[in-house]
Amino acid sequence: MEGSALHRLVGRLLGPAAPEVGCEVCFDELDRYVELELAGADADAAVPGLRAHLDGCPACREEHESLRALAAVDSTR
Amino acid sequence: MSAVTLPVTRPVDDIAAPVALSPSLDEESRAWLRDLRSDGSTRDGAIARLHALLVRAARFEIARRRPTLPHLRGDELDDIALEAADDALMSVLRRLDDFRGASRFTTWVYKFGLLEAAVKLRKRAWQGREIPLEPETWNLFASAGLEPDAEAEQRELLGTLQAAIGEQLTPHQRRVLLALAVDGVPIDVLADRLDTTRGALYKTLHDARRKLRRHLDECGLGPELLEEN
Repeated sequence: MEGSALHRLVGRLLGPAAPEVGCEVCFDELDRYVELELAGADADAAVPGLRAHLDGCPACREEHESLRALAAVDSTR
Repeated sequence: MSAVTLPVTRPVDDIAAPVALSPSLDEESRAWLRDLRSDGSTRDGAIARLHALLVRAARFEIARRRPTLPHLRGDELDDIALEAADDALMSVLRRLDDFRGASRFTTWVYKFGLLEAAVKLRKRAWQGREIPLEPETWNLFASAGLEPDAEAEQRELLGTLQAAIGEQLTPHQRRVLLALAVDGVPIDVLADRLDTTRGALYKTLHDARRKLRRHLDECGLGPELLEEN
């Protein structure tokens, strides 16, 4: 538990090691990325740096999870 | 009441902007664009349907966060949903020409409603709460819950990070890093308090993180050790 709390803190302080896009590119590409994910395509290859950004930015990560969930509801209709 | 503004697209790292796909638009998305670009009652009807989509997205976001919002009543939450949808509608109409058909139109629209609702809820959750912005008051050891008998490697890592944050970062980088990464202040809330944008703050955070990584590397605390922690 202690190691886990330390790991999370260090992760938040250092962010993702891989190159990443910023919040604006993330927002611009999020709909395409989510639909590629839901289609089972290689979203990470199509939108380089977005996954790393989601790892490093809690706000964008939350919005990605919400959009993916909402789009998934629509895609099953 | 103003819509969330995300400034001009710019990568944090030097990644080439993704090449836009140019798939043929699906029929439903074409119809949306056609109706929104028409006149009179056709356009009015499309805007009303667009607003309904945005209300749906905003309510979806609120429902997901409902367990973390016990202090807000149902009617307050619905007001937030409508306000978020109103603001998102302005953003969508302003950026209609940005839609490239890389996704369904409805998916593209949803992200505006989700964003507006999420930002409003984060701000409500932090309304009236003090945001600690004094770098003198922080201690990584306490934040990590590290006991005095913690392993030497863990203490060394945290000690090096603590010193690097104090010595390697600019005051602004330190303030932003500690607020976002240690105190857990949402980025939109901090942007609001510092009168800046989310994108600008993330760039500052990114630069601070890169400095810390570089410093740890120079100290021989490479990624292997970080993975172990």
